[in-house]
Amino acid sequence: MVNTVQENSTMTDVVLRAKDCDIYYGSYKAVRDVTIDIPRNKITAFIGPSGCGKSTVLRCFNRLNDLIEGFRLDGKMTYHGQDLYAPDVDPVEVRRRIGIVFQRPNPFPKTIYDNIAYGARVNNYQGDLDELVETSLRRAALWDEVKDKLQESGFSLSGGQQQRLCIARTIAIEPEVVLMDEPCSALDPISTLKVEDLMKELVEKYTIIIVTHNMQQATRVADYTAFYNAAPTESGGKVGYLAEFDATQVIFSDPKQEETRDYVTGRFG
Amino acid sequence: MASYSGSPADAFDVQGLKRKQSSGRSLFNTIMTGIAGLCIIITLIPLVLVLTYVVIRGFNRFDLALFTELPPAPGLEGGGIANAIQGTIIVCVIATLVSLPFGVMTAIWLSEFSEGSKVASAVRFATNVLSGVPSIIAGVFIYGLLVRTNVTGYSAIAGGVALSVLMLPTIIRTTDEALKIVPQEIRWASTGVGASRYQTVLQVVLPAAVPAILTGVTLAIARAAGETAPLIFTALFSPFWFNGFFEPIASLSVLVYNFAILPFPPQQELAWAASLILVLLVLATSIIARFVTRKRG
Repeated sequence: MVNTVQENSTMTDVVLRAKDCDIYYGSYKAVRDVTIDIPRNKITAFIGPSGCGKSTVLRCFNRLNDLIEGFRLDGKMTYHGQDLYAPDVDPVEVRRRIGIVFQRPNPFPKTIYDNIAYGARVNNYQGDLDELVETSLRRAALWDEVKDKLQESGFSLSGGQQQRLCIARTIAIEPEVVLMDEPCSALDPISTLKVEDLMKELVEKYTIIIVTHNMQQATRVADYTAFYNAAPTESGGKVGYLAEFDATQVIFSDPKQEETRDYVTGRFG
Repeated sequence: MASYSGSPADAFDVQGLKRKQSSGRSLFNTIMTGIAGLCIIITLIPLVLVLTYVVIRGFNRFDLALFTELPPAPGLEGGGIANAIQGTIIVCVIATLVSLPFGVMTAIWLSEFSEGSKVASAVRFATNVLSGVPSIIAGVFIYGLLVRTNVTGYSAIAGGVALSVLMLPTIIRTTDEALKIVPQEIRWASTGVGASRYQTVLQVVLPAAVPAILTGVTLAIARAAGETAPLIFTALFSPFWFNGFFEPIASLSVLVYNFAILPFPPQQELAWAASLILVLLVLATSIIARFVTRKRG
């Protein structure tokens, strides 16, 4: 029933792949049976109702869920064919290659400069820090707004600027994949558009996965869209699963699943 | 259905909106406010009295000699309490140097690395117990550990360690709480850019918590500086200047204790002056603590 794009001949290289993944928090099964291929240099959107596990799956890709007590993954997640959860894989190295931007802007309580330089420093960056800070801020379309106050606190910026600072911080460590967990949900429409433009520019170099509740946003930016849904379980809880994954245009105009059609047309629940 | 005065069914009556002083509700309100106010005044009386009395009696001897000279021999006039001021500062510095690293590292482990283990809840419980231990017990403990065994004898070190036992629970608790309120997202962000756990804690979480930790430490110092009981057993007292970390040392609180019970008025006056300085020191540290937090926060 799950429809992967794997068979689709127009598909480019696969960077990340999840195969038959079940995700647990303690004994609670949060997500079941997810199989998905994330194409390189494309924007893939995860949409679906709250509690369907899209953020959970996203955070599994860079092993951020390791920080959560009781987390367990059954199944296989690979990055360029390498099992991400193999015992000899260092999660710190995974996270350097697969960066993440969070829902709420969360700059470090440091200066704007140090917010960018921190990731480079902890990763023993050998190059010119000043240059790295400038190029990262330029790529995040923030340089002109902050170039005169690099030594001020990251908290002195507006919400939209803070979020672009967080994006600059993420791309400063040169990841190959950028995960975005509802990056615009705390932003006004103008800041949202800036972040979206930024994503379209970044995707030339990076692979982006974005979780969003905003379906217009998915249609505006995403090449591919995965629709997650939640099903009630016997024990009264609910478990998330991947309902459909296809090119964005197909998902929104001609989805194969009835539930996808209901959701994207707003006839949900 | 309950019926209230002024329900929509009745005709509107402007008088119904006015405050009625004689109604039971208003009367109860006035009486309770009065009682609360009275309690505040009664609570403040001892504080104000103690402070004014200490200021009045202590201010008599506020002169340059007080801060520069040694105490006079019993019965003689003049002199000062400079060695006790010096001693209190030295003992407090030793206590801080001992308790700060242990306290902060313990709190870091509790908050960041223990992950709800049984050991952690045992350590938290032990910390709470320790904070309730009477200060004289801490003194006796260090007496048994360092003084009786002749490891240090009666000395500045023994006094400092005794005070550090008292400071430890305050530092652990305030640091633990300060670390806990650092938002989880900041830890995720740091982990997300490829930092290890220790890099995250030392470079992101700890700096964010520094103002709150500083407040805790200063309050712990302020509390320890006023302690007498643990010092009597450990630092003893000395009528002379500081002359080595392994020698008995003077302190303001022990000086007050010693001189206040002497029958000579000059010594009693010095005890009052020392009390005033102690109060001012504690006040100053508390104010600095607040100032630092406000500036950084």
